[in-house]
Amino acid sequence: MAIGVASFNLLQPVIGNYFCLIDENMWGIIRQNVGVTGGLSSQGLGNHMMRLRPVASAMRNYSSATKEMTVRDALNSALDEEMAADPNVFVMGEEVGEYQGAYKITKGLLDKYGPERVVDTPITEAGFAGIGVGAAYHGLRPVIEFMTFNFSMQAIDHVINSAAKSNYMSAGQINVPIVFRGPNGPAAGVGAQHSQCYGAWYGSVPGLKVLVPYSSEDARGLLKAAIRDPDPVVFLENELLYGESFPVSAESLDSSFCLPIGKAKIEREGKDITITAFSKMVGYALKAAEILEKDGINAEVINLRSIRPLDRATINASVRKTNRLVTVEEGFPQHGIGAEICASVVEDSFGYLDAPVERIAGADVPTPYAANLERMAFPQIEDIVRAAKRACYRSVPMSATA
Amino acid sequence: MAIWMRKALISTAVRSLRTAFASHRNPVFISRSFGSSQQLEPFSTDDDYDDHDHESLDFPGGPVSYSCEMRFLPGSSEKRVQCYRVLDDNGYPLSSTQFQHVNKEVAVKMYSGMVTLEAMDTVIYEAQRQGRISFYMTSYGEEAINLGSAAALSSHDIVLPQYREPGVMLWRGFELQDFVNQFFGNKNDIGKGRQMPTHYGSNKHNVITVSAPLATQLPQAVGAAYSLKMDKKDACVVTYFGDGCSSEGDFHASLNFAAVMEVPIVYICRNNGWAISTPVTEQFRSDGIVVKGQAYGIPSIRVDGNDALAVYNAVAAAREMAITEQRPVLIEALTYRVGHHSTSDDSTKYRPVDEIEHWKTSRNPVSVFRKWVQRRGWWSDEQESEFRANIRKQVIHAVQVAEKTEKAPIGYMFSDVYEKLPSNLMEQEKLLRETIKRYPQDFPKDVALGI
Repeated sequence: MAIGVASFNLLQPVIGNYFCLIDENMWGIIRQNVGVTGGLSSQGLGNHMMRLRPVASAMRNYSSATKEMTVRDALNSALDEEMAADPNVFVMGEEVGEYQGAYKITKGLLDKYGPERVVDTPITEAGFAGIGVGAAYHGLRPVIEFMTFNFSMQAIDHVINSAAKSNYMSAGQINVPIVFRGPNGPAAGVGAQHSQCYGAWYGSVPGLKVLVPYSSEDARGLLKAAIRDPDPVVFLENELLYGESFPVSAESLDSSFCLPIGKAKIEREGKDITITAFSKMVGYALKAAEILEKDGINAEVINLRSIRPLDRATINASVRKTNRLVTVEEGFPQHGIGAEICASVVEDSFGYLDAPVERIAGADVPTPYAANLERMAFPQIEDIVRAAKRACYRSVPMSATA
Repeated sequence: MAIWMRKALISTAVRSLRTAFASHRNPVFISRSFGSSQQLEPFSTDDDYDDHDHESLDFPGGPVSYSCEMRFLPGSSEKRVQCYRVLDDNGYPLSSTQFQHVNKEVAVKMYSGMVTLEAMDTVIYEAQRQGRISFYMTSYGEEAINLGSAAALSSHDIVLPQYREPGVMLWRGFELQDFVNQFFGNKNDIGKGRQMPTHYGSNKHNVITVSAPLATQLPQAVGAAYSLKMDKKDACVVTYFGDGCSSEGDFHASLNFAAVMEVPIVYICRNNGWAISTPVTEQFRSDGIVVKGQAYGIPSIRVDGNDALAVYNAVAAAREMAITEQRPVLIEALTYRVGHHSTSDDSTKYRPVDEIEHWKTSRNPVSVFRKWVQRRGWWSDEQESEFRANIRKQVIHAVQVAEKTEKAPIGYMFSDVYEKLPSNLMEQEKLLRETIKRYPQDFPKDVALGI
């Protein structure tokens, strides 16, 4: 099956029809920008429209009543609704206001809520992360945007030593209802310092909640949950998913919609093998499942949605059903999400495993820029298919461990 | 001991301390080559303090005299710090300026470097728009800073750039083909296909590879300068950064350390008015970056960044001072970012088009310098059109060659993670090659595998 290059033309005229619950005013702004920029849009740093790696879009049945929404709009609408509902919620980061957001996630918010609630900052991650934490200490609910989580490293002391640990250290007197959000993991052709996945790092810290949305419904429900949550949340998005459209239920478009934190979603039921994934890899896993179906392997795909807390119950229940497991992630292999999932399954469901757990992760190298090397540094759909077959038949030699 | 004796001893001690610390009440920037018209005003006049009491006390850091008046230093002075300039907008040397002349060879190399940089920017930006490369950042408007500073340095000076200084590499002999190979990530890329476009570097040319997170190069530059100091080399470190970068924590750590450790480093700030869409008025409220240098005890100067000769002279003088006195020096070059932040940006969205036009035309650093060079008889209109046509062809040719060259080979994926290739990566590479051989249909044919 040929994997086509997904179109990132963000300016499909069809976008305008779908969002009846979104404020008219905001839409006026979006439409305006759509008109101005033309085909080669230069929206934020994430524009790699011309030379792209294939992004899987699983085939979906569209009922006539199904609405579609891009992840970008899902995040934008979630922010908008939460800011409207609670005057303590505010957004802060580089280029979030006048520029409408480096990736246009905060488009229209400045015009609607003003500069006191949509704060453009000077360039200092350590500065604005610290300011956000301080604001959270005193009752505000900041949503801090990192232009990419790679830059969060310049502020990581505030995220971990302050945001994550303050509630505990203060014996519950200081809680930190803050959300740190932004794109995580690789994009396309951005090299080592812009491609790392931080799921494993943040996922290991007690005191933090770490969420990893995949679809638009995930993005809306999880971001709203994150903003309402009294604990600090690290919200890891994906640049290449921003422009992708997903069907959204009527329920998810309601402003009170919220997804529970810590619950994974079974995207596709199956009985032969469990494939866990998060963020963009969910799409790849779904594609791989279709390919496997043709070979008589019925795969169950779990969208983790939450790295911390990790939904061990759902994962284990699935493995107990299928007896085989493949974990997929884009981050580095050592100490990764797959390692934790594997340990959990071995601890809780060892007797149910019919094959060793297969871990698929990014290569154990800083991400190279050259397109061919980059492609080989990250899991592709074919890698997932081969690993699943190995777990089912063991007819392919086992992969090298890191 | 009798009180009077003690007092006398104390005041003697104070006097000797005063002389020892005299240099601490230092003016902002001293160099023999600058005329009085360009002398900078200290932040606040010291005279007023001297008028009051002669009593002072030894506090840590040196004696401080008292004042009966409770006076707050203003957040900023009424007049902005003046800007050193050699050429006016029409390329005529200002009558009262003293400056060092550059000879014909240097002038022509500077000017042709500026035109080459412009040509490269134009062609490569276009190539990105056509989808041939993924990303690019232009240096329009900052050609004088690029080449003027590069020309004043020696090849032994270590450069830590931010990302908008390819002219420095050009000056030092980095070839057009090398640049373009880097943009395409092909097998001839000196950077082995590792880095995004414009994140270049070359040990051979003493330019440290560009690091994307802002301001990380600043404390690193101090470290490198410290090693030069330890080795007593006749060289300094030169590090570049933009106005936005000065907000980062690393900027402050770097300047502070450089002053305390007394290392030979020249800071060159390209204050081009914009950090993506953030104008300087929203970046900081100080009078630019020049006063920040002073705040850390670093002699600092503000220059017209669009005046190649001013930049050249300031950098030459700063370098001299940094090396002979083993201390940091800061240069704030005022300029304007004529282009967009990068190919992912459209700056007409947040700033007026006529503002951009104004700087592109009437304050263009390339045309100002051209006028001066031509008037010296070292360049002509003929040479201009010939050179421009020629260089454009060269860049286009480099693009065509780079595009056809095979991509970086697989081996480049695993090498250089560590000094020595570890066993697990050796295993992975072997397995990858086997997998490609066994399942060629899973790997795209149009992207070269480069085996």
